[in-house]
Amino acid sequence: MADKVLMKGNEAIAEAAIIAGCRHYFGYPITPQTEIAAYMAKRMPKIGGCFLQAESEIAAINMVYGVASTGHRVMTSSSSPGISLKGEGLSYLAGADLPSLIVNVQRGGPGLGGIQPSQSDYYQATKAGGHGDFRMIVLAPASVQEMADLTVKGFELADTYRMTSMILADGTMGQMMEPVSLDLDVKPAPEKPWATTGTNLEREHNIVNSLFLSPEKLEEENFKRYERYKYIEENEAMYEEYMMDDAEICIAAFGIAARVAKNAINEARAQGIKVGLIRPITLWPFPNAPFKKAAESVKQIISVELSMGQMIDDIKLASECRVPVTLCNRVGGMIPSPEQVLEAIIEANNGGAK
Amino acid sequence: MATTQYLFAGFGGQGILFSGKFLAYKGLTEEKQVSWLPSYGPEMRGGTASCSVIISDTPVGSPIVSKPDVLIAMNLPSLDKYEDAVVSGGTIYVDSTLIERKVKRTDVTVHYIPATGLANENGMPTLANMIIVGKILGESNQFTDDSINAALGKVISARHADMLDFNLKALNLGKNN
Repeated sequence: MADKVLMKGNEAIAEAAIIAGCRHYFGYPITPQTEIAAYMAKRMPKIGGCFLQAESEIAAINMVYGVASTGHRVMTSSSSPGISLKGEGLSYLAGADLPSLIVNVQRGGPGLGGIQPSQSDYYQATKAGGHGDFRMIVLAPASVQEMADLTVKGFELADTYRMTSMILADGTMGQMMEPVSLDLDVKPAPEKPWATTGTNLEREHNIVNSLFLSPEKLEEENFKRYERYKYIEENEAMYEEYMMDDAEICIAAFGIAARVAKNAINEARAQGIKVGLIRPITLWPFPNAPFKKAAESVKQIISVELSMGQMIDDIKLASECRVPVTLCNRVGGMIPSPEQVLEAIIEANNGGAK
Repeated sequence: MATTQYLFAGFGGQGILFSGKFLAYKGLTEEKQVSWLPSYGPEMRGGTASCSVIISDTPVGSPIVSKPDVLIAMNLPSLDKYEDAVVSGGTIYVDSTLIERKVKRTDVTVHYIPATGLANENGMPTLANMIIVGKILGESNQFTDDSINAALGKVISARHADMLDFNLKALNLGKNN
């Protein structure tokens, strides 16, 4: 086993990106993800890479568009308000079928909000990253190790499907340190025959563009993209199950909320309550199958979120509303305590949802 | 000791985050499961600073310490804020140079260490934090030279290698206090 080092989640993302072959980072500082940019600023010049602090988030995402067009692995990172600014660029990346990695270390909103952890950009990440019909692969790490692992995975999925992968973390995941192994398994990047790398007068020009004035052509592009999305939904959903085998109550949570939920589940189990956890690792594609299966045996699903209840919609769809789905949450930078989650579990065990 | 939850609290500049990081690295070199979570944002800038450290034999769930087994209070606002949060039977380490009042709780073990005073007297004014950590390690039978040296090697960069001996001295001062 390789040596483990203590790293902040933000730093683990940055180092993993470099290990994955990313040599271009564009960003603009914002708490609580600034360590990513700081790490890149330190490392990129030493390895022949490019770190550039753009004049704004909007500039940064368009620089990502530029590098992505050449087929190189490229990323940007920000936190909630900054991601909103990147929305236009995300849509253009999707429209041009370009692979890229975007990191959102979420903070409380809406507006300028606060700087403490949040998960209230779930809708934005999974449903409305920008205008038009498009999806992003959304990865939700729940440990510093996963911050590294899913960064590599994010680049690979982006290249494979020619689309944006987003790491949807939060302030806690970004700021906390845990032991991490950087002995990461990186597969070679696929060929990118579409990249604009110069023709050498040997082939037709490659054109990267998201403008299609012919509605027939634009419709065809959308159809093609959604065929890919369908394949991804069927093949790439990832999740973790914890003590679900005999569970009568199911907790659904991702990221930091899942960590808190595990404490509560362990305590509830010690009290004899049969409760388990389904932790989506991909938020899009959403892991529908385990929730559909859970709905056959559990009496209630409790969605633990650092939002006013966003993932809960997907859980209701996945479980086809066959069991009550309730919310246990804090917002604005607050984090549910294990005691709060335990209370929700006990209430569910004592008679379920009202 | 399956899991110990530490909360370090004081003001910015006292090395709250550093001493937490040292303890976490020490746990890592002993092949424990560890997590370290700082307070971040405006409160770092001249205000209060705190950091949650969990050292466990089993995987760490939530990295947030809201009910510490061990509280390290390095200024009065921190003791005021977190005294009641400590679990019954827990331990509070107080920098008695900076905190004049006594701990009110009667169901916890309290150690008063004049850490800032000791640090100043010994020509290491920035290492009150490590004096307290030395006391913690001594009291909990964790003062193991190998892992201490290994952890110091990790948290002190090569650029500041001259600080290694000072940190060791501070840890020993705390242990023997």
